[in-house]
Amino acid sequence: MPEDKATWKEATIGGVVLEPGSSAEYKTGTWRTLRPVHDMENCTHCMMCWIFCPDSSIIVKDGRWVAFDYDHCKGCGICASVCPAKTKAHEVTGKEGKVIQMVSEGD
Amino acid sequence: MVVTTKLALDGAHAAAQAMRQVNPDVVAAYPITPQTAIVQTFSQYVADGEVDTEFMAVESEHAAMSACIGAAAAGGRVMTATAANGLALMWEVVYIASSMRLPIVMSVVNRALSAPLNIHCDHSDSMGARDAGWIQLYSETAQEAYDNLIQAVRIAEHPDLLTPVMVMQDGFITGHGVERVELLDDAVAKQFIGTYTPKYSLLDIDSPKTFGAWDMYDYYFEHKRQQTDALSKAMKVIVNVGQAYEGVSGRRYGVLDQYAMDDAELAIIVLSSAAGTARNTVKKLRAEGVKIGLVKPRVFRPFPADELVEALSGVKAVAVLDRSISFGAVEGAGPLFLEVCAALFVAGLGAKAVNYIYGLGGRDIFPQHLEQVASDLQGIAATGKVTSLVNYLGLRE
Repeated sequence: MPEDKATWKEATIGGVVLEPGSSAEYKTGTWRTLRPVHDMENCTHCMMCWIFCPDSSIIVKDGRWVAFDYDHCKGCGICASVCPAKTKAHEVTGKEGKVIQMVSEGD
Repeated sequence: MVVTTKLALDGAHAAAQAMRQVNPDVVAAYPITPQTAIVQTFSQYVADGEVDTEFMAVESEHAAMSACIGAAAAGGRVMTATAANGLALMWEVVYIASSMRLPIVMSVVNRALSAPLNIHCDHSDSMGARDAGWIQLYSETAQEAYDNLIQAVRIAEHPDLLTPVMVMQDGFITGHGVERVELLDDAVAKQFIGTYTPKYSLLDIDSPKTFGAWDMYDYYFEHKRQQTDALSKAMKVIVNVGQAYEGVSGRRYGVLDQYAMDDAELAIIVLSSAAGTARNTVKKLRAEGVKIGLVKPRVFRPFPADELVEALSGVKAVAVLDRSISFGAVEGAGPLFLEVCAALFVAGLGAKAVNYIYGLGGRDIFPQHLEQVASDLQGIAATGKVTSLVNYLGLRE
């Protein structure tokens, strides 16, 4: 909110950012108009989406797909594009197609 | 007792001596006439082990200021030097240095901006950078260039400021002109500038910081307002550092250098070396009974409006001499005139002001030019009218 922001007297001089790794707090996920959705049953955990995601927004653990980081996913659709795995009826969309499909953010 | 060494030095060598005594952590520089001797001499000090400075011979002035920014952000004490098109080439990074609040100290040996290519003195270079957010000090002599550089380090690094400082001296006239210069004792100079403790540092690995970050429209304005705040505090720091410097050097430094102004009805305002010529003319005219005085601002940024208004309060007519043109400004006026007028207008002073452009591209200014100025001022004071707002000294018309 604008009212929460620092006045010129409070802001750090020179625009120096005092906390390391602070970009993670900036929720670029709010920029999305499309969002990716995942079909866990048919996922082969090939890691292609994770490798190609330009925003490091695929969470993986122990060699398995875990989740999308919707705080930072901008909905570019690259993961859906590179996903090689197929599903007859996607868990979320119900449609035939890839394991990762893009849906409108508004839905 | 003040201990000094007296040497015959030109302005460039005097500046190099100041840098030697400051012994900065990093100097990143690129040569350009008439600054070359500063950095060349300094690099000899580096080669001879007289300083501990990491000297970076970079590929351009843009690279020089960029490297200075990196070194300063890493918490180093940083100096450099340039002139004319070198300053112009580093234009974007000059703004970045001040906006990042890095206390870099730079000698600018005033030289005309191209085109046509001219290596001689005028103020178009430093005046072109007057909005860049740097503190700007002008030196009339090699002695002042030396003294200003030493003080500049303390001014820039003051915690209220953290703003870079440009120290000017006239190219060739001062830069290549040999005069007797008194240096402080090395130990005294070292103690005067003290050690530098950066507010933030890239090398602080326990508490990492990000420099040169991105601002959206929700913060840029606030960061710019902070720069104005720092500059609003600069005059007081400059005066205090000047007083401390008098204590170690015996030489007095303030905001304005005034001569014969006490009961002056006419005044000449001029920066840098031409003030020497003007002072001689004022002295001669005073002996003839003309109530004329001279004001030589040492500080141009921040602009000494209050001090000038006080100095000019009893004056009827003032001539402002500019060694550069602010092209397209009202009637082709120069920047010093424009700012003096702003100060006079805001204060509501009744003094009539008139502008003289002189010395562009190293064009000489002679006593007879200043006598013409004084004569014009007498006419203006008598009639209360300025018939020609912007005039030229030494121009073939």
